[in-house]
Amino acid sequence: MTDMNDTTDKHWRLQTDDDNIVWLWLDKLGTGTNVLSAEVLIQLNDILADLEQSKPRAVAVCSAKKSGFIAGADIKEFVKLTTPDQAYELIRNGQRVMDRLEALPCTTVAVINGFALGGGLELALACDYRVVVDDDRTRLGLPEVKLGIHPGFGGTVRTTRLMDPLAAMDMMLTGRGLRVKKARKLGLVDQVVPKRHLLRAARMIALQPPKRKGRNIKAKALSMGPSRALLAAQMEKKVGQKAKKEHYPAPYAIIELWKKHADNPTEMYEAEARSIASLMCTESSRNLVRVFNLQDRLKGLAHKSQFRAEHVHVIGAGVMGGDIAAWCAMRGLNVTLQDREAKYIAPAIARAHKLYKKRLRDPIKIQAAMDRLMPDVKGNGVRRADVVIEAIFENVEAKHALYRDLEPRMKPGAVLATNTSSIKLETLGEALADPDRLIGLHFFNPVAMMPLVEVIRTESSHAQEVSKGLAFARQIDRLPLPCRSAPGFVVNRVLMPYMIEAVRIAEDGVALALIDKAAMDFGMPMGPVELADTVGLDVAASVAKVFEQEFGLEMPDALTKKVAAGQLGRKNGQGFYEWRKGKAVKPDADTDDMPPNLQDRLMLPMINEAVACLREGVIEDQELLDAGVIFGTGFAPFRGGPIHYADTRGHQEIVTVLRGLATQYGQRFEPDEGWNNLLREPDAA
Amino acid sequence: MKTMIDGEPVYFVDGARTPFLKARGKPNAFSASDLATHAGRAVLARHAPDPKEIDEVVLGCAMPSVDEANIGRIVALRLGCGHKTPGWTVMRNCASAMQALDSAAKDIVTGRANLALAGGTEAMSRAPILYNDDMVNWLGDLNSARSTKAKLKTVAALRPGNFKPVIGLLHGLTDPIVNLNMGQTCEIISHRFGVSREQMDEYAARSHQRLAAAYDDGRLDEVEPLYSTNGKVLAEDDGMRRDSTPEKLAKLKPFFDRKVGLVTAANSSQITDGAAMMLMANDEALKRHDLPVLGRLVDVEWAALDPAEMGLGPVHAATPILQRHGLSLNDIDIWEINEAFAGQVLACSAAWQHDDYCRDQLGLDRAMGELDMDRLNVDGGAISIGHPVGASGTRIVLHALKALERTGGRRAIATLCIGGGQGGAMLVERTG
Repeated sequence: MTDMNDTTDKHWRLQTDDDNIVWLWLDKLGTGTNVLSAEVLIQLNDILADLEQSKPRAVAVCSAKKSGFIAGADIKEFVKLTTPDQAYELIRNGQRVMDRLEALPCTTVAVINGFALGGGLELALACDYRVVVDDDRTRLGLPEVKLGIHPGFGGTVRTTRLMDPLAAMDMMLTGRGLRVKKARKLGLVDQVVPKRHLLRAARMIALQPPKRKGRNIKAKALSMGPSRALLAAQMEKKVGQKAKKEHYPAPYAIIELWKKHADNPTEMYEAEARSIASLMCTESSRNLVRVFNLQDRLKGLAHKSQFRAEHVHVIGAGVMGGDIAAWCAMRGLNVTLQDREAKYIAPAIARAHKLYKKRLRDPIKIQAAMDRLMPDVKGNGVRRADVVIEAIFENVEAKHALYRDLEPRMKPGAVLATNTSSIKLETLGEALADPDRLIGLHFFNPVAMMPLVEVIRTESSHAQEVSKGLAFARQIDRLPLPCRSAPGFVVNRVLMPYMIEAVRIAEDGVALALIDKAAMDFGMPMGPVELADTVGLDVAASVAKVFEQEFGLEMPDALTKKVAAGQLGRKNGQGFYEWRKGKAVKPDADTDDMPPNLQDRLMLPMINEAVACLREGVIEDQELLDAGVIFGTGFAPFRGGPIHYADTRGHQEIVTVLRGLATQYGQRFEPDEGWNNLLREPDAA
Repeated sequence: MKTMIDGEPVYFVDGARTPFLKARGKPNAFSASDLATHAGRAVLARHAPDPKEIDEVVLGCAMPSVDEANIGRIVALRLGCGHKTPGWTVMRNCASAMQALDSAAKDIVTGRANLALAGGTEAMSRAPILYNDDMVNWLGDLNSARSTKAKLKTVAALRPGNFKPVIGLLHGLTDPIVNLNMGQTCEIISHRFGVSREQMDEYAARSHQRLAAAYDDGRLDEVEPLYSTNGKVLAEDDGMRRDSTPEKLAKLKPFFDRKVGLVTAANSSQITDGAAMMLMANDEALKRHDLPVLGRLVDVEWAALDPAEMGLGPVHAATPILQRHGLSLNDIDIWEINEAFAGQVLACSAAWQHDDYCRDQLGLDRAMGELDMDRLNVDGGAISIGHPVGASGTRIVLHALKALERTGGRRAIATLCIGGGQGGAMLVERTG
C-alpha cells in the first residue's frame, strides 16, 4: 500500500455517544465525494484495531458528504498498478479491512445517505445492517463491470450470500444501480427511511438489533452446486448476447467465481482478488477506465460557464426537434415546442408521454413533465426562452427567414442554436444581425438514448455562446463535444466512409450479415448495414451526397437505387434488410465466406477519417476525438477510441494496410496526411 | 346601490379555453386540473410575466374530484406559479367560473392583488359513481365483523340491490330543496311563457350552425387545442353537430318529463369537460408587465329566485345592471346568456317582454322589451359547445369580450342561470 506521509490528515471522524455507540464519519479530505483510497482504508484499519480494544456497544458507519455515501474505490490509484501481483496485494489488503469490520463483535450499521457504489457498497455489506435514505435518485450498485473488472472487496461473496443469488448476479453482471425500494425488496438493505429519520433509524438498530431471517429455500436451492452450473451456463449465454468474452472478460469472470466457489467463502474471497487483479491489468479494463475518464473530461467542459437555462423553445416538432423538446422537459426545463400546425406537434407529445412513462414511471412526475412541455403553434415561448433550438427541415432559405423573425424577439443573453447536420453554420448565420451568436447543438437519434451532443462553433463564434452551449448540454445530462463547423462534424464524418464502404462491400457480393458480423466482431454495437437501415436510407443518402460534394467520396449505386425504389430501411419495413416488428431479418451466411481483410476494409476508413478530423482541427485533440466517436457512434469502448486503437495497433501498420487497400479497392483508402502529424508513435504493438 | 363601478378598474388581459369534450359515459382522458392547466399555460405563455408574478389563482369547479381537493391551488402549482402564489377554489354551481372572475376582481378592487389568474374547470365525465347507503352499511358491518362466523353472516346478507350505484352527476343536477332536476325546471318556465317544442329545436339547431360558422371563420381563437397522450389533436368542441336541423331534433323524445315533456337531450346543454381561464389585472400590473387589455369589468350582479324557476336567473341578474347604467336591452352590443336549455333562454327573452312578470318580479313599470336575437349567443352556446358547469361562466365572459373585439362593439353582458335558483351577470366593455 502507499505510505501515509502525514498522519494528521484524518479522513475519518469518531464520535462516541452516551449509549456508547461509535459514529464513524467518513469525510475524505479535499474532495466532495467519498472514495475508498488506499489511505482511507489504512486509516479505517487503524480505527478498527482500536475498536477491537475499546469494545463499543455498536458502530455506525456514516458519510459526512452531502453528495452520498461512498462512490467506490479510487480509480486513479488502480490505473497506476502495473502487474497483477501488485493489484492482488492492494485488493487483498482492502478485503482484510472489510473482514475486520465484519468481524467486530458489536453490532455494525451502515448509514447510507445517498449513492453507495462499488467499494462503497461493499463496505456497507461488511456491516451487519444497512439503513438507506428514501430518495428516488439514490442508487446502490456494483458497477465495476463497466470498467472491465468486478467487485474486489468481497462484493461477489457477500451479495450472493445475502440476496437471492440471481438478483445479486444480475446486479453485478449489468453493473446497474438499484433504486432504494428495489434494494429493500431484494434484501440488499434492511430499512428505507426518510432522510429526517436516518440517524434515528440507525440508532434504533444499534440499540436493538432486529433478528435476521435465514436465507429462504429458493435462495438455498439456487446456490447449490448443480443448480449453479446450470444457471451459470444460462447467464453466460445471456451475457454473450451483449458482450463477447474476448472483448469483455469481466462478466464471465463473475459467473466463473460464483459457479466455482460459492460453497466456500474463504476460497471465494481469495479467488475474487486473483480474478480482479488479472482483469485490472487487461487492455480491455485499461481502455474502459480511459473511457470513464474521457466522459469526465466531456462533463468538465461545461464548467466554463455559469449559464443555466429555465426555458427552452424548440422550433420543428419532427423526430429530432420533438424528441429534444421532450428530453429537455424531462430534465426539468420549461419547454415550448413550435411547428406550423397542431397536428405536427401532436405525435411529439405522444412520444414524450411514452418516454416519460418508461423513464419517470411515477404518475406525478409524468404529469409534471407533460405540464412543462407545451405545444406552441404561435411561437409565444420565444420571448421567454433562454435557449432557442431550431430543428426545422434542412433548407437555407427557410432557416434564414426563421432566424430573421426570431432574433429581434429573443431576450438578451439567450442562446440561438441549430440542430442542422448538413448546412454550414457560417451560411446560416448570414441572416442574423449578429452571425457569431449562432451555435450548433447537434443531437443524435434517438435523443433519449444517445448521450452525445456536438456543440458546433465557427472560426468567429462568440466564445461565450459556445460555453453556454456546452453548459446547456450538460444541464440536460448530455455529454457535450465541442466541434468546429465542418461537413458531418465528427460523428457523421467518421461514420459515413464506414457505412459507404459497407454498401460497396455488399455490391462486391459479400453477404450483408457477414459485413455486420465483421463490425460487431470488432466491437461495434450494431453493424453498418443495420445502422444504415435504422438511420433511414434517405437520410444516409442525403448525408452521402454532402460527402460526395465536399470530399469526393462517391455515392454507391446500391444506395441510390434503394432510395429510388422507396426502400428506406426500418421505417418502412424494407431497406437492405427486410424489417419485421422492428427487427432486421438477416439471412444466414456462411462465415467461411468472410473475406480475410473484411474487418480492416470496414473499420480503417473510419479510423482514417478520424485522423483527418484531427488534422483539419474539426476537433481539438485526440482525447476529445476518441470520446466523441465512442459516445456518438458506440465505437467499441474496450478499444478506447479510434485514435487509441491506432496507437495500440501501431500507426505504421495501419498506414501500410490502408495503402494495400488503396491498391486493391481505390484511392479512397489512401492514408490521410494527418498520419504524418500524429505525435504518438506506436507503442508496443 | 350594489355596484363596483366606483372601485379601481379591473381589466381582462386575455383568456383561453380548451375545446369542450362531451362526456360519453366513461371518464375522458383529461382531469379537471389537466384541462385548467392546458388553458392556463396558454394564457400565461402569451403574456410576458413570469407565472410566479401572479398574485393569486382562483378557480371555479362545481364537482372537483376527490384527488383534486382545492383544485385552484393544484392548478397554480402545475402552472409554475411557484410555492408562494396562493390558489383557491370557488363553487356556485353553474356560475362557479363567473364567481371566480368576480372573486378575483374583488381582490383586485380592494388592492389585495394586482394580477390574478381566474377561471373554471370541470370534468363532468369523471363525476363519481358512489356506493348506495345499503352498500356502505354492509361494508361497515363487514369491517367490524371479528369472528369468522360473524363475517360469514355479513357476507350472506349481501343483496343485489347493494350494487345499485348512485350516479353522482344526476344527483348534482337535481335540486335537493324542490326535488326537481334541472330539465324539469326548464319545463316549468317553458310552460309558464308558452315556449314550444318547435321553438326550442329551432333555437338548438341554430346554436350548432352558429358555432360551426364561428369555427369556420376563425372566430374562436380563444380555443387552444388539447393534445392527447396518444398523439391526437382535439381542436374543436366535439359535441358540435354541423348537420343539426330542427327536423332532426324534432325526432328526439323528451328526456326529463318523460313522454309528455318538451325538453330533450338535444335542446339542452351538453354534459361536457372543459376549462376556461383569464388573466386579470389592475392599472399597476398592466404597466409593470406591459400587458394588453381585452376589456374592462364594469359591473356584476348576483340575484336569486325560486329554485323551481332557476332558468330565469339571467333576467334577475342582468336587469339591475341595465338599470344602474341606464341601459336598455339593445344598448348592449353582445349578449351571452348561457344556454342551459333552449327553452330556458327563450323563456328569459319572453319574461323581458312580459309586462306582468317585469312588474311583479323585477319591480319595473312595464316589460323590459325585446332582445335582438342577432346580438345573442352569436357564435353558439352551451347547447352546441357544451356546459362544463364549473367552466361556462368564464367561457361566456371571455367570448363576449372576443366578440366585442371582432365586431368593434362597446358593451357586452354575459349571464347565466344557476341551479338552486340564482342568476349571475357581468357587464364588460372595451376600453380605448
